Amino acid sequence: MITSLLELEELANCKRCDEASVVEELRVCIGSSCASRGADEIEKSLKTAIEKKDLQSRCRVKGVGCNGLCASGTLVSHYKNSTKENTLYEEITLDDVDALVTSIEKQKNYLSKVCDTNQPFFTKQTKIVLENAGIIDPNDIEDYIAHGGYATLFHVLHDMMPTDVINEVKISGLRGRGGGGFPTGQKWESVYKVQSDQKYIVCNGDEGDPGAFMDRALMEADPHKVIEGMIIAGFACEATKGYIYVRAEYPIAVEKLNRAIKQARKLGILGNKIAQSGFDFDIEVRLGGGAFVCGEATALIASIEGNRGNPRQKPPHLSDYGLWGEPTVLNNVETLANIPSILKNGGEWFKNIGTPTSTGTKIFALTGHIKNTGLVEVPMGITLRELIYEIGGGTSDGKPLKAIQTGGPSGGCIPVQFLDLSIDYDSLKSVGTIMGSGGMIVIDESSNMVELAHFFMDFCKSESCGKCVPCRVGTTQLTHLLEKFIAKEATQADFELLKELSSVVKGTSLCGLGQTAPNPVLSTIRYFESEYLEGIKND
Amino acid sequence: MADIVDNRYKMIDQAMKKLGYDKSALLEVLHVAQETFGYLDKDALKFIAKRLKAPYSKVYGVATFYHRFTLKPQGKHTVVVCLGTACYIKGSKEILQALENRFAIKVTQTTSDNLVSLLSARCVGSCSIAPVVLCDNKTYGKLTIDETLAKIEEILL
Repeated sequence: MITSLLELEELANCKRCDEASVVEELRVCIGSSCASRGADEIEKSLKTAIEKKDLQSRCRVKGVGCNGLCASGTLVSHYKNSTKENTLYEEITLDDVDALVTSIEKQKNYLSKVCDTNQPFFTKQTKIVLENAGIIDPNDIEDYIAHGGYATLFHVLHDMMPTDVINEVKISGLRGRGGGGFPTGQKWESVYKVQSDQKYIVCNGDEGDPGAFMDRALMEADPHKVIEGMIIAGFACEATKGYIYVRAEYPIAVEKLNRAIKQARKLGILGNKIAQSGFDFDIEVRLGGGAFVCGEATALIASIEGNRGNPRQKPPHLSDYGLWGEPTVLNNVETLANIPSILKNGGEWFKNIGTPTSTGTKIFALTGHIKNTGLVEVPMGITLRELIYEIGGGTSDGKPLKAIQTGGPSGGCIPVQFLDLSIDYDSLKSVGTIMGSGGMIVIDESSNMVELAHFFMDFCKSESCGKCVPCRVGTTQLTHLLEKFIAKEATQADFELLKELSSVVKGTSLCGLGQTAPNPVLSTIRYFESEYLEGIKND
Repeated sequence: MADIVDNRYKMIDQAMKKLGYDKSALLEVLHVAQETFGYLDKDALKFIAKRLKAPYSKVYGVATFYHRFTLKPQGKHTVVVCLGTACYIKGSKEILQALENRFAIKVTQTTSDNLVSLLSARCVGSCSIAPVVLCDNKTYGKLTIDETLAKIEEILL
């Protein structure tokens, strides 16, 4: 049990001393992408090879979260404690293990696989949320504490009032990272102001957007950061119970979170009277069932309550009537993971990163026809050109870039003429798409935009919960219409109908899923109308 | 056999007990049941309904709402093709078609010898190595159509 900041620091120092005795560390990325390339086996065989050469007292092997450059996995970094030097090796396979360990034994670099960390992919990133990813062992709470973890929580619990915390978050200008972009401080304040014996903090880890895996990587790499953010949110809103709703498709994230919660409870960081402050808070993980609509706030709440994930009419908003009818804050994983850094460094510090209306950083998942697929954290306001060409290294097959899709099935496509657009909530909205949760799919000339619009509409059709007619029937009809265009059998009347029906579904659906489902169609019509016209048969 | 069945029900019951037989336990219990049985059969759903004092229609409604749950028994192996956006633009639809042709079944079906069930997924979050295929929950990425077929055959046959 840790009861004070002093004890926490003692533990951190103790762990740091222990770390200092280890001269070197081999950090194997066990993020989802590297894991599928056999990172587990590489970690094991590195351990065996190190022991075989009797180097274990000098060099430790540990698994760490996502390093970001998934395109070059499996990534292994070699950290030297004395110089704080970190050498990153890329494309490591089982065949490299012996040579890598031999080079460590001889205190040389394993040159053939050194990854250049001076390239823009690394230098142009600003890591706040992902500061620990690739460095700490997500299975070890002490490693998190040794890197300054939970110190902010203790400071908040002992020296701040809930209103101070809310004020700091308001100053920071932090907006919801799940896509909507609602100011987090304002959300907290509205729940704080409601009088109730029971309030809830819910963390939305139901990353349903196809093409997005930021939250997955975050939960797998640094689960304690999310937990710390949640406890602070609970303190600020006077809530005593939290739920993390995670997709069942992310079993590793679930395992890491559950382990982290157990460790935190054991140290008294979760539970009754956290750090003897009189504040109680506990967290449970709940599994989703693979329904995209459950990313919608009211549907997610229904799902936690054990029901079908049907959304309901708002108001009442969750701040008045949320989980089990009690006031509830619902925040995205990345939003909550920003909280410890904001409270540690102050809202003003955070406000100075990014643009005036979109503060801080954002994690993006770069996928599709791009060279450097992976995860990046960049300050808001960076241009698409910087992100795609400098950080992303350009298109993968050298074909010309056609568009960038953001916001998943609720978003839209940005054509190349907007490459110099600043990436922030408002600029993206002005070109007909949304920030979304951070999936950024790069599309080159080989893709047909009508087919892409059909892909998303088909997705929304099958994910529509069926509760309201415009969404249930509308998405089906829109899918059929788009099929006509793909078969090149559409008429001019179909084109008009497509546009009209899109606006009806957008304007009359009950929840966000239906209201945004036509966005990919509308945005591709806006910028790639000629491809639709090609689908109209000539009579 | 009867003992095995009883044990499985015991596991489901334990999951409900842990959550105090509260109705909100339904989704969690369905996960446990699917893991234990491999799919959700009518008897298991009825058992859960009775224990949670919920109407069978409610349990059935929830079980059929979420894609994660299947009411049909699965084959010995499962092959899941990810159809998320990143995989889609990297040609996962063609991979799915090739697998459908190879095993002469459509997606969601199981081969007649019960060897393999072919499924699709809406993004498994491994977008950086798209296109992605999962065979018995193990992820394989960045494979061409032919490489995928070869890999799957290597595992199954």
